[in-house]
Amino acid sequence: MEDIITYDNVEISYRGKPVVQDVSFGVKKGEILGIVGESGSGKSTIIKAAMGLLGDVGLVTKGDIWFEGKNLPDLSEKEMRKINGPKLSMIFQNAVGAMCPIRTVGAQIYESLKEHGHDDKEEFKKNAIEMMAKIGLTDGERVLESYPFELSGGMNQRVAICMAMLMNPDILFADEPTSALDVSVQKRVVEEMVQMRDHFNTTIIIVTHNIGVVRAMCDTCLVLQHGDIMEYGDAKQVIDNPQNEYTKKLMDAVPKLKKAV
Amino acid sequence: MKSYIVKRLLQLIPIIIGITLLSFAMMRLAGSDAVNEMYAKQGAIVSEEVIQKARAELGLDKPFIVQYFIWLGNLFRGDMGVSYISGKNVFSTFVSKLPATLLLTLMSIILTVAVSLPLGILAAVKQNKVTDYIIRFCTFIGNSMPNFFIALLLMNLLAIQLKWLPVMSSGTNFVSGIMPTLTLGISMAAKYTRQVRATVLEELDKEYVTGLKAKGVRGAVILWTSVLKSSMLTIVTLLALSIGSLLGGTAIVESIFMWDGVGKLAVDCISNRDYPLIQAYVVWMAIIYVGVNLVTDILYHYLDPRVRLGGIKD
Repeated sequence: MEDIITYDNVEISYRGKPVVQDVSFGVKKGEILGIVGESGSGKSTIIKAAMGLLGDVGLVTKGDIWFEGKNLPDLSEKEMRKINGPKLSMIFQNAVGAMCPIRTVGAQIYESLKEHGHDDKEEFKKNAIEMMAKIGLTDGERVLESYPFELSGGMNQRVAICMAMLMNPDILFADEPTSALDVSVQKRVVEEMVQMRDHFNTTIIIVTHNIGVVRAMCDTCLVLQHGDIMEYGDAKQVIDNPQNEYTKKLMDAVPKLKKAV
Repeated sequence: MKSYIVKRLLQLIPIIIGITLLSFAMMRLAGSDAVNEMYAKQGAIVSEEVIQKARAELGLDKPFIVQYFIWLGNLFRGDMGVSYISGKNVFSTFVSKLPATLLLTLMSIILTVAVSLPLGILAAVKQNKVTDYIIRFCTFIGNSMPNFFIALLLMNLLAIQLKWLPVMSSGTNFVSGIMPTLTLGISMAAKYTRQVRATVLEELDKEYVTGLKAKGVRGAVILWTSVLKSSMLTIVTLLALSIGSLLGGTAIVESIFMWDGVGKLAVDCISNRDYPLIQAYVVWMAIIYVGVNLVTDILYHYLDPRVRLGGIKD
């Protein structure tokens, strides 16, 4: 099967200084890829580059990111806007912060759907409540009328996943979606993402430093250090039988952390 | 909410007592008094006896603290006394000056908002581009020029060179108000444009803007529906404070243009040591500040759901 998104020798720089070098990988439809590495290794930068969210100082300086026959870094802001949301979605580490604090959750979900031509408010409400019920959020109506600060971090993250599901994107980028959450909520969020893949065959690229999350949901795994790929392959293989020295060290650190806790 | 408003209004009482006591004391410490100033202005040389008699008539011979409590007692009975100079009722004198100040405040605020809001937003959106540099340069010039200097420039240009407007105000009307409004508006707009720019930039930098971009929401929609709504919280507070200081009268601008408002009244009564009028002015200032802060708080309550719904629930 052909890759849905392909990174081809990608180099990304901030203020002219490369932070990610020569990264190449491809992800297939319905595949879940986990990108792991220490803080500052360039994990988030890789997924932000695909969505054009590097800001004013970040730039893809070499290589291509291919999606549906288009090189994403070449697209204009206007073209990107049409892709972001319905084709490429992202959920963030701080789900509360990723929403405007003084507008209701419902108003914000409706706004993003409206921007992509779905402006039937009644239908949106029905679909949103239905979708939330699917992942176990039974009081959808209340959630829609709430402000982000009225919901817990976990609740906000689940709402964000719901929002992404409503758009039914081809690829869901998840930027450390579980690191700010309690362990019990982490598990639920992971389950919901897997559910999304199972229902809609969504491709998921998840950035995390939690090896447990990778083990629980990923098909493939990519290990980054200082912006370079250390190891890339089948998730189980990488976690249980790492070949690279850095990966070995990273995986060795996991049980130690567990013991410490 | 009601009990909150009542509580805030009750706070006015200690504030008024504190601030009037302070102004009473400071005017006495400033030396001279109404009687001296009155005779000095008339150019008359009078005997000490006459001076003492005049003082006794005005109650100025009593100890300072006694004078204060007599004044305070009268105030709570609704009597602000009569002007030492004109002999007219202080309250009605003061009220007669308010329309001019209110008109000037209204005109200046409208001008300030109409100029600074669009320019500030434009500068923020075009950050570090030519438009931004031009706007920033203009605000820099506007900020660097003192009020009286702008006033003199405007007088020279609009009244003397072009002869479009009268040099001095011919009463409380729109045409006479144009130059004082421009004077106040230019410096305030320069200040606010920078503040609006900074506030909008700060909002644009927040994570939710990236969040909305990731959902493919147009930049203009993000700006109008989320960023500006959030920026309004800060902008409203800043504007309210300015409205407060404008309502207190702008002594220099009102004096330069002979605009007959409370600012000019304050300058006149301070130089005459007209204590009852000074005290009335001070009470007015206290009411403005408490009032403006209260209105800002109430506005916040409606603008910010975090304040309305009370903090973060988890």
